[in-house]
Amino acid sequence: MSLEFIYPEFEVIRNTDRCITCRICERQCANEVHILNKEKGVMVADETKCINCQRCVSFCPTRALKIVKSDCTFRENANWQSNTIKEIYKQANSGGVLLSSMGNPNELPVYLDKILINASQVTNPPIDPLREPMETRVFLGKKPEKIERDKNGQLKCELPPQIELSVPIMFSAMSYGSISYNAHAALARAATELGILYNTGEGGLHEDFYVYGPNTIVQVASGRFGVHEDFLNAGAAIEIKMGQGAKPGIGGHLPGAKIVGDVSRTRMIPEGSDAISPAPHHDIYSIEDLRQLVFSLKEATEYKKPVIVKVAAVHNIAAIASGIARSGADIIAIDGLRGGTGAAPTRIRDNVGIPIELALAAVDQRLRDEGIRNNVSLVVGGSIRNAADVVKMIALGADACYIATAALLALGCHLCRTCQSGKCNWGIATQREDLVKRLNPDLGCKRLVNLITAWQQEIKELMGGMGINSIEALRGNRLMLRGIGLTNKELEILGIAHAGE
Amino acid sequence: MKINSELQGAYVFSSGKNMGTFKAVGYPEDVGVFYKLEEYEGYCWIAHGRYPTNTPGWWGGAHPFTLLDWSIVHNGEISSYDANRRFIEMFGYKCTLQTDTEVITYIMDYLLRVQGLTLDEAASVVAAPFWSTIEDKTNLAEKEKYTFLRTLFASLLITGPFSIVLGFEGGLMALNDRLKLRSMVVGEKEDKVFIASEEAAIRTMEPDAQNIWAPAGGEPVIVKVKEGAF
Ligand code: SF4
Ligand code: SF4
Repeated sequence: MSLEFIYPEFEVIRNTDRCITCRICERQCANEVHILNKEKGVMVADETKCINCQRCVSFCPTRALKIVKSDCTFRENANWQSNTIKEIYKQANSGGVLLSSMGNPNELPVYLDKILINASQVTNPPIDPLREPMETRVFLGKKPEKIERDKNGQLKCELPPQIELSVPIMFSAMSYGSISYNAHAALARAATELGILYNTGEGGLHEDFYVYGPNTIVQVASGRFGVHEDFLNAGAAIEIKMGQGAKPGIGGHLPGAKIVGDVSRTRMIPEGSDAISPAPHHDIYSIEDLRQLVFSLKEATEYKKPVIVKVAAVHNIAAIASGIARSGADIIAIDGLRGGTGAAPTRIRDNVGIPIELALAAVDQRLRDEGIRNNVSLVVGGSIRNAADVVKMIALGADACYIATAALLALGCHLCRTCQSGKCNWGIATQREDLVKRLNPDLGCKRLVNLITAWQQEIKELMGGMGINSIEALRGNRLMLRGIGLTNKELEILGIAHAGE
Repeated sequence: MKINSELQGAYVFSSGKNMGTFKAVGYPEDVGVFYKLEEYEGYCWIAHGRYPTNTPGWWGGAHPFTLLDWSIVHNGEISSYDANRRFIEMFGYKCTLQTDTEVITYIMDYLLRVQGLTLDEAASVVAAPFWSTIEDKTNLAEKEKYTFLRTLFASLLITGPFSIVLGFEGGLMALNDRLKLRSMVVGEKEDKVFIASEEAAIRTMEPDAQNIWAPAGGEPVIVKVKEGAF
């Protein structure tokens, strides 16, 4: 072939004894891998286009298909691994920045997997969540420093605006545009049914979803797409997006191809024009400016909605969070290195930022050292994969967790990591009508509700084992955690002891 | 605080006023004789025999813990310890003894003295009613108050089994964890009130004690000395 040729990463293996030439795979694959060879009456595959999304595998009625990693490789080299070589070929060919999607797939330490959870034995009884009440409700928002009483000595019970969650999990920002209408519908309905919140992301809010307002976080990002007064007032809280874990320090880019019909109207930009969010907010060049934006948003919503400031976990995160806590924000959301995205430059996704576990531990401790931890709530995201991850994050000091990739997986995402192509075969990261239709919002909602309900049950079981019957007694309770295989420095930052200590 | 955390070789175990604390390792009757308790008079006596479960016994670890106007004894092990500790340490307290009781003492001082809560209010912070109980309340003002206190002082909820007796000038308060994982009984006789983990203890002190009852989990029992009695 030629110098540009890269051998396909995957092989489509078809068991011809089983294949009945029903052509379902042909219809299911938006990448047009499968075609019927009419002359020979057999299905053939063009593997150069396959991204291993498993759609055809899942829908083949005779289980005739499987996708395997190709064993055609470059000569093995621990330093120049095949991915590295292929990326060089691609860039030498195109001269462009490499794009990727979903979270950092590289082998970096996952601290959550090196933390173990405690349980009670003898001196303190475990509690059975099936027999005893076990509470997972949380309130996010600023808590006043001092109580006040009226002239009759009665407590004044007003609190600054709070978000109430039945379980400390929320669906984090994914814009309408980067994901489909049906995906948004499923998230909004599931959040409402579960008593939690989902997040509009930076693409505005489709008018059909205003009814889910009490369970919606509306996002204001640097592009300010779709931001107007009704939008701000539609949600339960407003999030200012300063950064994102998958791409700290840069803005966003939704290609014009995805800006069609309702997406363009909701974003308030012309069809087909690229939606480019600048790296900074051009009205925020300092912490004072952030304070101004926080208060303008509060002013626009009559101080009825808590304001969240979302930042990516970067080296100096503790100091940054401490500044945000003093900026008037009610909630700080921190997004870690492994957080997902619809599209990000590969180099940035894979190399910029720090793991969320370390960021959270440092921020929570810093805010406590400064005596201002109760001024803000902390929400963390960046690859929270299961109920145990949630429990560990809460015990490290988070008030709640943001999940996105896990939610998309529940909707059918197979982590093929090619969201940027806009041809998601699972109807999620696409605006192509025929593909969007594949995601049934009712079924999607049901699956999300199932997932969070199952996690909630597991959280309760883990809490019960520790003899804790309310999630607030777990928050920041680092004595319930032990590290395994971590260095002294890592343990020190996480603020936990090693297993056996 | 400063002495305990920073000075080598010196330790303040008690800094109460109008109260005495006697600690020792040994049998209760010997401790009484050793300190000549018969020479003291008081309107409120709190005694605690401890079988130290998780740490070797030593006299310093014996209850009560006394601080300013509070003396606390506590039976149980709290699972919320580190959540409580890390919160209360924001306000200048330093937990140096690594015991649950110490942190409870600081929480009570913070809620009652620093924040100015009433005893009932403080009880509904540390042994907060379940959300379902709060929701079922028909009295709207109460519902609002409990929701407010629970939200505001979420990190001071104490979980795990405990029974606490808190002595202060003019009275005492007894409180169980909200699931009542530790026993506590109250009895009366004339103008005296007895509170103990077991009824047998009350009977030993006062064989004719009346109105013996076990308060519900999270329900504080507050006893105050009659006005002008001291
Ligand atoms: S891209 Fe997906 S649907 Fe198409 S062949 Fe590959 S795995 Fe099958
Ligand atoms: S959302 Fe779709 S395109 Fe993106 S990783 Fe999941 S399956 Fe692939």
